[in-house]
Amino acid sequence: MTDKVETLYKNLSFIGKSRRDSQEIPSPVATAEKWDLIIRPKTGWFDLHLSDLWRYRDLTLLFVWRDFVAQYKQTILGPLWHLIQPLFTTALFTLVFSRVAKLSTDSLPPVLFYMAGVSCWNYFAECLNRTSATFIQNAAIFGKVYFPRLSVPVSVVLSNIIKFAIQFALFLVFVGFYYSQGAAIRPNIYVLLTPVLLLIMAALGLGLGIIVSSLTTKYRDLQVLVTFGVQLLMFVTPVIYPVSMLSQQYRWLILANPMTALVETFRYSFLGAGTFDLWHLIYSAGVTLMILCIGVVLFNHVERTFMDTV
Amino acid sequence: MSDSVIEIDNLWKKYCLGAFGTGTLRHDFNRWWHRVRGKPDPYTKVGQVQKSEVRSRSLEPTSDLCPLTSEVPLGDDEIWALRGVSIEVKQGEILGIIGRNGAGKSTLLKILSRVTAPTSGEVRVKGRIASLLEVGTGFHPELTGRENIFLNGAILGMTKAEIWSKLDEIVAFAEIEKFLDTPVKRYSSGMYVRLAFAVAAHLEPEILLVDEVLAVGDAAFQKKCLGKMSDVAKQGRTVLFVSHNMAVVRKLCNGAILLDQGRKVLSGDTGVVLQKYVENGARTELIYKIPAPKEENPPGWAKTLTVEDSTGKPTFAIPVGQPWQVRVRFDIARTTESFIIALGLRTTEDFVLRTSWSEARDLEAGAYEAVFREESIFLGSGHYPIVIGLSTHERPFHYVENAGVLDIAGFAEGINLVRVSNVGVLLNPLRTEIRKV
Repeated sequence: MTDKVETLYKNLSFIGKSRRDSQEIPSPVATAEKWDLIIRPKTGWFDLHLSDLWRYRDLTLLFVWRDFVAQYKQTILGPLWHLIQPLFTTALFTLVFSRVAKLSTDSLPPVLFYMAGVSCWNYFAECLNRTSATFIQNAAIFGKVYFPRLSVPVSVVLSNIIKFAIQFALFLVFVGFYYSQGAAIRPNIYVLLTPVLLLIMAALGLGLGIIVSSLTTKYRDLQVLVTFGVQLLMFVTPVIYPVSMLSQQYRWLILANPMTALVETFRYSFLGAGTFDLWHLIYSAGVTLMILCIGVVLFNHVERTFMDTV
Repeated sequence: MSDSVIEIDNLWKKYCLGAFGTGTLRHDFNRWWHRVRGKPDPYTKVGQVQKSEVRSRSLEPTSDLCPLTSEVPLGDDEIWALRGVSIEVKQGEILGIIGRNGAGKSTLLKILSRVTAPTSGEVRVKGRIASLLEVGTGFHPELTGRENIFLNGAILGMTKAEIWSKLDEIVAFAEIEKFLDTPVKRYSSGMYVRLAFAVAAHLEPEILLVDEVLAVGDAAFQKKCLGKMSDVAKQGRTVLFVSHNMAVVRKLCNGAILLDQGRKVLSGDTGVVLQKYVENGARTELIYKIPAPKEENPPGWAKTLTVEDSTGKPTFAIPVGQPWQVRVRFDIARTTESFIIALGLRTTEDFVLRTSWSEARDLEAGAYEAVFREESIFLGSGHYPIVIGLSTHERPFHYVENAGVLDIAGFAEGINLVRVSNVGVLLNPLRTEIRKV
């Protein structure tokens, strides 16, 4: 790593060569001691200055709060909309996919089956959709002041957790109701995995979102692609059908989707039916980590000059 | 060296015009496909070297392509916004940055505030930088004044605790106590700017970047802002100030830098730099075209304006002490009663120097010209923006600020002046007697 910094620095000092011709090239450490901030043409791909994000944590939290407060000014139902949306989706899915299309629900009550899937999927899709517009939507403010750009997508992911919590509470109420009615559901010890699942979903949504948002600074096409891409993606995720229903031939395709294991595990832990495999979950976590890293690096790289390309 | 807080070292910044707005995935894919097959870039213009080929390889526009220390040839669509600017700013200095549009002032501030990265060169900074580039951009219209103070403060880099401790001061400074819990979308533009400036002014950064914020707000508030800025400097902090308002720059700054087409032309004493700026402002057109009136179906409109010497020949500049005239051509669309045309002169510092009215007349439809002649008053050298107003029954229907500029420069023959610069606006000699008593 030190070697890397050293080479990087040499490359940079080459830029200002004529000025330094007669001088000795100072070591980066010595320069950093004296000045608080050095603005240079290009930072390396891995110079992520993530500590800035921590220093601006108040800003991130204020963005979360702004998202939540501003969204419901001048609405009558306010945050209740978060309940109505999953309720209607669940009702519709139950009607169409369970009653009309007669898809399997792993012998679970269809309402619970769909609601579990929809809650997870909504969270992921919202994270992805909203973070993917980061650069374009915030161009005006990014063009005026510096703050760690990552704080915007991170705040989106966090504020979506509030929405998820509301939908999750609704889901728990339904689980409780069905349980008391003696439905065949068996919540089990794996419910303790829920925060982990949420974390992976958040990271996956964030990672994909910032990759898309970095690329849209140049290719606006992607913005259109994301909107319906997310819709299509839902059909290769077991939201409206269980993995157990799939034939061996296509199963690998659905399992390759990192969201699959997350939705299935969530459902399994609260309802006690479905497919649970620790390896699938580890696979999801691995893919997510990779996507997130690529995303952060790419985002950071674009952030430096995107004002000139947007 | 020890007390300088900003060192800008040979800073270059290149912008690409249009090239990336149109850069779609299809084009880049096509480029790549052609390259794979060993064919030339389909989007290269004839005669242009295969530059776009190099460019398309990287996501980032150009900054990694040209490590440069001298001027490298540019593509058709590239311009240098900054060319090797080096500046050193001392602690506690209020530095004015002046220059015409496109001189690179805003680019410089953008690089300093880390909104965009330079193409080459380096900036070293001591302390926290905060910028006041078009204040209020972080405001959310649906949120109340109080909520926006927190949001905006955080965007500018304050922590919540810092904002809490300054909340009362900010509110008092912005004079919005009564509207603190009103959404800012209901604010007047003056209140909006006052609030935004108040937040930024209480940021207490070591270095403050200010770009043309004082254009809005009433006179009293402007005065308050200026006071705040000199306070900031008195506390040992540094201000970089970009403005077109020469009066403010002269009053506030203890040093100035003149930029022209991305280069530093001059730096040093504010008065000297301002003078140079004014002299550089030579123009290229002899006839000023006057923009059409905003009013629908006006009774008439001014079309062109020329500044002429006493013989009626249009000129760029009038020597001090020589007669001049301003000719305005205008059309009258229908019979207009009590028509008056007025001409006003301002100074570059926006001081209203003079206004002159024609006598009221009834005019029929047709093309007219009005000539305003000055024969006896000597104006000092400088730029005097011209205001034109057309009215009927004292109701103005076409009013144009900056319709043209009267440039006074150099000496006229036979005028006995010791100096021309820095000696005032009026140079007619007083009748002066010296006698032995």
